[in-house]
Amino acid sequence: MTLDRVKKGQSVKILSISDGLMRIQAIRFGFAEGAVINCEEVIPAGPIVIRRCGQQVALGRQMAGKIDVAIN
Amino acid sequence: MAHCHGPDLTETIKGDKRIVLAGNPNTGKSVFFNYLTGLYVDVSNYPGTTLEISHGRIGSDVVVDTPGVYGISSFNDEERVARDIILSADLVVNIVDATNLERDLFLTQQIIDTGIPVLLVLNMMDEADRHGFTINVELLSELLGVPVIPAVAVKKIGLSELKDNLSLARPGNVTPGVQHLLDAMIGRVANKGEALLLLEGDNIIADRHGLEPGEYREEIYSRRRERVNIIVGYAVEMDSERKSFSQTLSGLMIRPITGIPMLALILFGMYKAIGVFVAQTVVGVTEETIMIGMFEPAVRELIGEFTALDSPLGQILVGEFGVFTMTFTYVLGLLMPLVAGFYFFLALFEDSGYLPRLATLVDRLLTGMGLNGRGVIPLILGFGCVTMATITTRLLASERERIIAIVLLGLTIPCSAQLGVIAGILAGLGGQYVAVYVLAVFSVLVMAGTALNALLPGNSSDLLIDLPPLRVPRLDNVIRKTATKSYNFIKEATPLFALGALLVSVFQLTGILKFLQNLLAPITVGFLNLPPEAATAFIMGIVRRDFGAAGLANMSLSSIEATVALITITLFVPCIAAILVLFKERGKKEAAIIWGGSWVVAFLVGGMVAQLFNLFGQESGAAAPLVMVSFIFMTTIIAVVCSVVKSRKRKSIVV
Ligand SMILES: Nc1nc2c(ncn2[C@@H]2O[C@H](COP(=O)(O)OP(=O)(O)OP(=O)(O)O)[C@@H](O)[C@H]2O)c(=O)[nH]1
Ligand SMILES: [Mg+2]
Repeated sequence: MTLDRVKKGQSVKILSISDGLMRIQAIRFGFAEGAVINCEEVIPAGPIVIRRCGQQVALGRQMAGKIDVAIN
Repeated sequence: MAHCHGPDLTETIKGDKRIVLAGNPNTGKSVFFNYLTGLYVDVSNYPGTTLEISHGRIGSDVVVDTPGVYGISSFNDEERVARDIILSADLVVNIVDATNLERDLFLTQQIIDTGIPVLLVLNMMDEADRHGFTINVELLSELLGVPVIPAVAVKKIGLSELKDNLSLARPGNVTPGVQHLLDAMIGRVANKGEALLLLEGDNIIADRHGLEPGEYREEIYSRRRERVNIIVGYAVEMDSERKSFSQTLSGLMIRPITGIPMLALILFGMYKAIGVFVAQTVVGVTEETIMIGMFEPAVRELIGEFTALDSPLGQILVGEFGVFTMTFTYVLGLLMPLVAGFYFFLALFEDSGYLPRLATLVDRLLTGMGLNGRGVIPLILGFGCVTMATITTRLLASERERIIAIVLLGLTIPCSAQLGVIAGILAGLGGQYVAVYVLAVFSVLVMAGTALNALLPGNSSDLLIDLPPLRVPRLDNVIRKTATKSYNFIKEATPLFALGALLVSVFQLTGILKFLQNLLAPITVGFLNLPPEAATAFIMGIVRRDFGAAGLANMSLSSIEATVALITITLFVPCIAAILVLFKERGKKEAAIIWGGSWVVAFLVGGMVAQLFNLFGQESGAAAPLVMVSFIFMTTIIAVVCSVVKSRKRKSIVV
């Protein structure tokens, strides 16, 4: 499943990120492969808001589509 | 204070020691900079406030404030600038957000890996406490190998400790497994920092040394991430979090169902405060009573001592467009209260943390225009000053997005001074004309955005933005920011207004004004259906659009005429200061195209509104709604055509 399919309130584990540049950025942001994140908000046809510890990040939908996750 | 930008930067800033403030965006670097140097650079609650390098002194050393970055690489302009400054540092004061250590320590560890002496400031300890984080400062310091100073910058805790302990900075513990890679590289380049970035595949550093970029980026990044997670695991204890009020509010701001009404409410509040209260009540006093009622007669009397008021010189100095009368009445009496009002609201936007949430809310809308949600930040700041906002476009990720944002700013966003006057005039016209004005300008924004998105090659980047916690704006910062920006407005606008007033007076005395009015008449009278004198406002608008708008304020126009004139002046050429920044940021060609294009679009759209009103019958009550429907129709067609073109293009690339 990709991150753009996740429902609000679900907690997921990041399995892989297909886009190279995005993978590097994710490592820096702290939600690299293996990280567990919470889906805080899903804007219809818009961004996904995720939370990891104290940090809240809004991710564009297309980008979320390139992130493979599994329900935790 | 000096602002500079460009490759020579690293040489131009000189001091005994160079102390560089570095850290992720929005961690409080600028608060520390202001404290250490006694200067004031903007402090706001959104990532990407600082986009220019500022520097100041502390004793014989120099302190440099940098744009926040998540790492030092060459991903975008900001990172390239920050990278060079950091690599040239004698010591780095790394400011981190104590509530976000997993994110922030990545940069910390990267800087440590460059071998530069580091002092870590653990800022936002107040929020860490509130969120139930317990941080073992000694252990953190031991694991990283650098001194750590806890701080709450906004409460002045830890500031003087930092100042007293700058000399304690030292190189820290390199990420395990990276040292041997560095050792192999270090003989080939000048220093450890460059060796590291070379290993991490930094193209620009590689080019500088004529070497191939290394291929260890992912490996080193992953090791570093692992190391940081381990450190955080040892040094930080977290309570499971309760949902706070600010998080609930944040959710309401982001979700369209509640977010859009909230935005509408905020805008309506601003309109009431600025368009009605400031533009009418306050300006009534400052412009009418003080400037026209007291200041102008006094100046006239004074000048009358030296020269006859109806002589050409008297006319130029204190006549209808007098350099001494009109300049000050407009700048101080009319515009100053409006500008201050706007900056006050913008400061609240900036400091509360609302902007990144707004970016999330409107992301969907902006992707259609080739921007992502982040683009809303320069667009909103453009309502303060388009010139400043043009610089803010640097926070956008790609060149393509910067171009789109800059065109939209130059074309459709009225700056505070202009919008204040416009809101004041509109408030007197009634709801339906306000709606026509807003809709027409908004349509142009959407049409220009979708068209550019379809025409420009490539694709825009996707949204990725940190949502900092919502914070109650600090009153002292809000006031300081409002005052600083209002003062800058006076400083910049006064000479230009004086120049404009001088020009218009001379034109009037020599008959050139009449000539130009007649020259423009086919457009102003024939197409826009305005009285010939309206041309004067457009001529004034070439200097600054707010000057033009102010000119309109003193003309008696019918509701339709006023609406048409306001739409035209809004879309009219960006002010001289904005054009100069455009030249600098984008080059001659783009600046010239934007300037010339504004003429065409302004008169075309203004004329269209006028002609549509004609068509639907000026007197009929249905005219305004019909004009609006026409614009919605037109915008929809253009938007659909553009998105079809865009998706065709995308497919043809994929195939
Ligand atoms: N609660 C709290 N807020 C702080 C503290 N330090 C700074 N802030 C707030 O954090 C926000 C960011 O501060 P800035 O100084 O603009 O951050 P910056 O690191 O310069 O940000 P960029 O220029 O965007 O990289 C502002 O709203 C500050 O008021 C702190 O110790 N506690
Ligand atoms: Mg800053």
